[in-house]
Amino acid sequence: MTTWIEACAADAVNNEDVIRFDHAGKTFAIYRSPDDKYYATDGFCTHEQAHLCDGLVMDNIIECPKHNGRFDYTTGTAKGAPCIINLKTYPVKVEGGKVLINLA
Amino acid sequence: MSGIVIIGGGMAGARACINLRAGDYQGPITLISEEQYLPYDRPPLSKASIMEENEPLPIWLLEPDIVASLKVEARLGVAVAKIDRAAKQVILVDGSKVPYSKLLIATGAKPRSLGPHALTLRDHQDTLELRRRFKPGQRIVIVGGGFIGLELASSAAKLGCKVTVIEAQPRILMRGVPEPIAKIVHDRHLAAGVEMLVATAIESIGANTVKLKDGREIKADTIIAGIGASPEVKLAQDAGLVIDNGIACNEHMQTSDPDIYAAGDCCSFVHTQFGGRRLRLEAWRSAQEQSATAIANMLGDTKLHVAVPWFWSDQYELGLQITGFADMGPITVERRLGVHTLILFHMAEDGRLMGASGIGPGNSIARDVKMAEMMIAKGMKPAPEALADPNVQLKTLLKG
Repeated sequence: MTTWIEACAADAVNNEDVIRFDHAGKTFAIYRSPDDKYYATDGFCTHEQAHLCDGLVMDNIIECPKHNGRFDYTTGTAKGAPCIINLKTYPVKVEGGKVLINLA
Repeated sequence: MSGIVIIGGGMAGARACINLRAGDYQGPITLISEEQYLPYDRPPLSKASIMEENEPLPIWLLEPDIVASLKVEARLGVAVAKIDRAAKQVILVDGSKVPYSKLLIATGAKPRSLGPHALTLRDHQDTLELRRRFKPGQRIVIVGGGFIGLELASSAAKLGCKVTVIEAQPRILMRGVPEPIAKIVHDRHLAAGVEMLVATAIESIGANTVKLKDGREIKADTIIAGIGASPEVKLAQDAGLVIDNGIACNEHMQTSDPDIYAAGDCCSFVHTQFGGRRLRLEAWRSAQEQSATAIANMLGDTKLHVAVPWFWSDQYELGLQITGFADMGPITVERRLGVHTLILFHMAEDGRLMGASGIGPGNSIARDVKMAEMMIAKGMKPAPEALADPNVQLKTLLKG
């Protein structure tokens, strides 16, 4: 069974930016890419527990605010030191101006 | 068959192993470390590893299964006695010899000592010793108001110790941190109950007493020296390599011997982007970046090392980040984001952004400092009034 959860309004995320979304004791990051597509990943960096929502989005890359580890947020792939472990990603869809993420 | 040998099990050594394999190097890799551990992360030693309730393990930079998958032979708990450049081999204290085709020296820096009664922080064992001593009510005296000293003061204060910081200079963080930011840090320590003695010279250090030049005596259960570090150059010096505030590297992170490279706290190098000045950086990310440059060049590239320096410190809830070269930017532009949150931009006379220094709770200034770093790397001349206005998104300047 798939569970779509409403994360935020689509216009709550700026273009090429990220916001934090907390749900059921977990934290997630919701991204809007330069070409206006939406993505979701776990909210914490895989290196140490820093909220990625405080980081900088450039193109498809999120850079952790703490130690500059990088991930491709569209795939979760770790892209730069010190991160070696990939980031978990979640399916996203936009309906009626809302961003929904699938946590199942 | 001789392969690539790495002396030093810190960040630069660990990243070298990863980058060699990522660069498709197939030959043998030997990593030699005096410590009994595989490479581990050092920034937590003054912070998270002190605060953790149960005795912590090191935080691995290379886990055993990664070392195995990278096919790295780790020689742990054994020091190098000598680099024999003529025979292109490294001789260990146990008498064994490891031949090399290329060698990376990544020996780091060792804390300056204030004698037998003052502890220092360098490795995981030091952290375990400090953990045993940071108990509620214990009197901890820290000599030196630099990053290590202040991070330890923050950890000790949070654990309920009675902490005194003694700094000989007129203020803390004299080297590399602008005064308004150092003041926020200073005041935060005061608020935590830390006694901050600046412009205070020390006469002598005894077993449980620090004597000041002005005649005062401060009693201590534990005395810690945090007065900086010296590059570990002995092996390189004995081998006849050029030394200049560390093992002297060129702009390719190559020493005076073309088959020997160096990276991290132990070396200085020529930074071509900013007037060709020679720098030695004691910073976590710089060690990673220098190691990456050294390895790329070892494998046949001719990369210049041009990364913009960046480092951070965490104390209490405050995060401090500094990038670039503040000393090359005499004009200061302030971006005030809150009472305890600000970024100072350091601009050259010609309008170029040369450095940025930020402080704030958590990671509140991280994005802006990152964008400043990117502007510095590009040699940009952003409008000062835009930098100063917290309503202007720095991203618009970076892209504009």
